[in-house]
Amino acid sequence: MSFFSRSPWILHYDGSSCNGCDIEVLACLTPLYDVERFGVVNTGNPKHADILLVTGSVNERNIEIVRNLYRQMPDPKVVVAVGACACSGGIFARAYNVQGGIDKVIPVDVYVPGCAARPESIIDGVVQGIAALELKHRMTA
Amino acid sequence: MKRTTIPFGPQHPVLPEPLVLDLILEDEKVIDAIPTIGYIHRGLEMMVERVEYTEMGFVVERICGICSFMHGMGYCVSLEAIMNVEVPERARWLRLVWAEISRIQSHLLWLGLGADAFGFENLFMHCWRMREQILDIFEKTTGGRIIHSVNRIGGVKRDIADSELAAILAELQELGAAFKETARVFGTDPSIAHRLGGVGVLTKADALAVDAVGPMVRASGIATDTRLGGAFMYDQIDFEPVVETAGDCLARVLVRLREVDQSIDIIRQAIDKMPKGEGLPIENRPRGLPSGEVFTRLEQPRGEVVYYVKANGTKNLERFRARTPTFANIPAMIKLVKGCDLADVPNIILTIDPCISCTER
Repeated sequence: MSFFSRSPWILHYDGSSCNGCDIEVLACLTPLYDVERFGVVNTGNPKHADILLVTGSVNERNIEIVRNLYRQMPDPKVVVAVGACACSGGIFARAYNVQGGIDKVIPVDVYVPGCAARPESIIDGVVQGIAALELKHRMTA
Repeated sequence: MKRTTIPFGPQHPVLPEPLVLDLILEDEKVIDAIPTIGYIHRGLEMMVERVEYTEMGFVVERICGICSFMHGMGYCVSLEAIMNVEVPERARWLRLVWAEISRIQSHLLWLGLGADAFGFENLFMHCWRMREQILDIFEKTTGGRIIHSVNRIGGVKRDIADSELAAILAELQELGAAFKETARVFGTDPSIAHRLGGVGVLTKADALAVDAVGPMVRASGIATDTRLGGAFMYDQIDFEPVVETAGDCLARVLVRLREVDQSIDIIRQAIDKMPKGEGLPIENRPRGLPSGEVFTRLEQPRGEVVYYVKANGTKNLERFRARTPTFANIPAMIKLVKGCDLADVPNIILTIDPCISCTER
């Protein structure tokens, strides 16, 4: 039986996102989408989390926070970049304080496109994240 | 007494955004709170130097994903004032309708987050379930749930058919009726009253002294609302600002509850007064390049926003600046947090309805 077939716990960090993707991440938890019925729990503690969902890009200020959260998560762990900003910097790629996508700081496993990313695609990203988690677990086990 | 410093944020369960406060405590009492900003700073205002003014509207919309429609509208209205563009009447009414729908959306979102912060997860779910209906209306009319990109300099990109407007109104009124039950829980539940009543009181004098805006100041008994200025067709709407006098966390909840009903009524009046018919002009494209400067004020769900735009006759604006409502409310928040119990901090912070991405841009 696969080890990570269901119930991933998720840690959400808002990089320098405009709130659009954050709100859509939260919308995934509410009645219309309700991912909690699949055991997906949004946790505030990095030590409990399997999947790190990052919305928004990295800047001078939050680069250490993202690194720190990633470091605290137990192995195996997966990073899902949600939205155009987290993938590449998006519309703000040319802003002076934006350094680019999350993959400049930590390894990203799944890229979820969209501005703002729709809840359906975020859920799809998490499901793909579970597969990546399982793969990482097998490789280290 | 020994002092303890507790960091609040940037990653904290109560708020999805990175709000950062250093809370300095003596025992359980907060004696000082020091905010730190910059975690969401992107440098949006400076992007005018790199993005042409015609495209800058899409960037401005992304100041914040919650009031994105109003940010886009504020930018377009500013440019229209600089370029002396006469916006067709129907487009102005459509903007008002969308603006009020986004106010309902924002308030439902906030009421949900607020309920979650004081431990009512069920209410959170109910508010967000209703919010999804609003998002469906947005998606049907603009094509986007969060970022709508429907404003253009000179008008709006899409029309809404008269039959569809009637259907939207019917849907909103149905939602308003269903919302009454949720509002009743917020207003009458004894445990909510115990948790929020008398907590974080902002007196009328203090509200004036720290220059708070929006529902924050209306909950302290001051009847101020930028919409009363009458711009953007509000002069043809009959409404009174929603005012509560207690000034505590509960009063701020009640103001937003009543504003949901008020917005539905404003939309009803707007749809009633709007010129009807198919193929009416909704856009009047400007010619030439903008030159001049302007201040624009709007009433966003969180309060008054001020835009300053300066154009110098080239494709790129010289300066774009936004003073967002949360920025104006932060001094009030710091004032309220001082002296409260540590356990009340999340509620006080949430009742100002902070939008960090607006504040830091």
